[in-house]
Amino acid sequence: MSTLARKKGVGAVIWDYLTTVDHKKIAILYLIAGGIFFLAGGVEALLIRIQLAVPNNDFVVGGLYNQILTMHGTTMIFLAAMPLVFAMMNAVVPIQIGARDVAFPFLNALGFWLFFFGGVFLNCSWFLGGAPDAGWTSYASLSLESPGHGIDFYVLGLQISGFGTLIGGINFLVTIVTMRAPGMTYMRMPLFTWTTFVASALILFAFPPLTVGLILMMMDRLFGGNFFDPAAGGNTIIWEHLFWIFGHPEVYILVLPAFGIFSEIFATFSKKRLFGYSSMVFATVLIGFLGFMVWAHHMFTAGLGPVANAIFAVATMAIAVPTGIKIFNWLFTMWGGNIRFTTPMLYAVAFIPSFVMGGVTGVMNAAAAADYQYHDSYFVVAHFHYVIVGGVVFGLLAGAHYWWPKMFGKMLSEKLGKVTFWLFFIGFHLTFFIQHFLGLMGMPRRVFTYLPGQGWETGNLISTIGAFFMATATVVLLINIVVTTVKGKKADADAWGDGRTLEWAVASPPPEYNFAQTPLVRGLDAYWIEKMEGRKGLTPAEPLGDIHMPNPSILPFIISLGLFIAAFGFMYHKQHSWSLFVGIAGLLITLGSMFLRSVIDDHGFHIHKEEILEAENKGVKA
Amino acid sequence: MEQHTNSGNPNVDLAYRRKKNAEDMKHQVISFVLMIFLTLIAFFAVGYDKFSPWFSVPFILLLAAVQVAFQLYYFMHMSHKGHEVPSVFLYAGVFVAFLTIWAFMTIVWW
Repeated sequence: MSTLARKKGVGAVIWDYLTTVDHKKIAILYLIAGGIFFLAGGVEALLIRIQLAVPNNDFVVGGLYNQILTMHGTTMIFLAAMPLVFAMMNAVVPIQIGARDVAFPFLNALGFWLFFFGGVFLNCSWFLGGAPDAGWTSYASLSLESPGHGIDFYVLGLQISGFGTLIGGINFLVTIVTMRAPGMTYMRMPLFTWTTFVASALILFAFPPLTVGLILMMMDRLFGGNFFDPAAGGNTIIWEHLFWIFGHPEVYILVLPAFGIFSEIFATFSKKRLFGYSSMVFATVLIGFLGFMVWAHHMFTAGLGPVANAIFAVATMAIAVPTGIKIFNWLFTMWGGNIRFTTPMLYAVAFIPSFVMGGVTGVMNAAAAADYQYHDSYFVVAHFHYVIVGGVVFGLLAGAHYWWPKMFGKMLSEKLGKVTFWLFFIGFHLTFFIQHFLGLMGMPRRVFTYLPGQGWETGNLISTIGAFFMATATVVLLINIVVTTVKGKKADADAWGDGRTLEWAVASPPPEYNFAQTPLVRGLDAYWIEKMEGRKGLTPAEPLGDIHMPNPSILPFIISLGLFIAAFGFMYHKQHSWSLFVGIAGLLITLGSMFLRSVIDDHGFHIHKEEILEAENKGVKA
Repeated sequence: MEQHTNSGNPNVDLAYRRKKNAEDMKHQVISFVLMIFLTLIAFFAVGYDKFSPWFSVPFILLLAAVQVAFQLYYFMHMSHKGHEVPSVFLYAGVFVAFLTIWAFMTIVWW
């Protein structure tokens, strides 16, 4: 049954990935799918910037521009950033806590396939009569009026992929609570594990409001409901609240794991213990907590009244405090450290000023009275791109370079990596810095063109040039990936030489059982402690024995496929009467597979001691 | 995870476990009686026509909250050791739900 080190045909590899429940392979699936959606969202961004490069342009106008703009935001948040964060979590967290897999491997695969089919469904809209066009926030007053099926694709696609995210979040919570190796207390967990833990808790509490909002929207759009229609006694503001009760924590769901990635990188490449570990943990939890009390700062101009605006303004500004704690801790980690400027470290260092700028404009936006000026202008666009790109995307790129050898067993080229970094860094600031001023000069968001003579021409042209720098950086990254996959040098277990956490103690890529023997964790930075005491490996916490593994299964794929079919069926039920039966058939496929999963006993299999010994000996030689 | 007091080898510390179980049983019986009593009061509050709904609705909601606490702490053993993480998440969920409802009550349907 073991699949250790065996050459396989293409079909067998595809089948292996379709049925896998191994967290490391699911990480690769998330990385590939999220990467493809990232490219799609990037192309959409380029189209937007080309359209805005000169005044009175007619490259993509009106409705098509709205669709591209909506899909850029939706794709980047839900289909690129989220899965790439999950890719990092899946690749690293179980190994960092000394576990052999996540708590529910089957659910892990189900979470991925739900996200994937939800994303594919959403993007099918391009070929089936037009994409959603009411912005990524899809405010009900606008989206209920949208003709065609664009918004239906948005509602059903996000619902399906949202289930996947919720499942993934719960899975990581349970994994971190119950599957830590002996000695891995909460206050010895690496910071990436901590941020994953808090981000998963945020997913647990933030996604249900989105689910509720999407269900209400689905009722209104497809089944004659009136939740958001004021003419029929509904209230359009309810959508805005539900969306932002989800939407604000979502920002922290994305950025906290990025903070975790940077914390690992700063410590590793400064060759120092992370400064202020316990205050970092405290700040992470506090950001997660405060993240739920600030959502209405997205709605200052919706007419909440001065009391509500003041409360949400102050709560928002309070978040600057724990974030500031983190920034200073990173600076002090580098202070006096033995710094190596590798590619991940470059991203980490560049992240600090970039993210601080996003934070400062965030506090500016939080001042409710001033926000009446900034609202719906390019100032806001500049702000959130500084936070999301300068924080999350830098974090993901840093993490991808940092853990690439762990995931694929090959080092990415440092030379090409640094080219990517500089192109991306320069392009990013070129694109978005000038947008602050465009916003202050009055340029509105989401509008597909502008007239000449308002002083916006130069700024927009610079911004477009910057976007092409970022596109070039992405192409260099892809070349880097292809080149290293073909002829990269094999990575050691401790690929960077200064690894501190448990993932650097196992082979690159790790064997499917991760640890031949569950390790005993004797402090923060468990692997570093062992290295400093002159040991080669980890102190085992158990004798070598047979390892129990879960069986692969195609059911997660089929469950998700059923929902994908059902979504099409229910979407077209008003035009075609037979369509309802397609929807019911899809649900039957999903429920039938769930039934099969429940009644078929699946006890998994064992990897025997002898096979493990053989594999471990080979790993040492390689 | 910490050892649950109601699991593990029953032959260990038999005397202690006997005493502990007896105590648990006493708590459960007491809370069960109290819960029946609270339910009777709730029925009475709704049925008695001298009470206006402005009193009886908040009153039975309060009784419901007490019942939920009894249920969680005495019947589902949340008072025992090893339930710290579930209770943190429970209270976090209650907090978020409360915040949402509170916001809707004050600034959406004011």
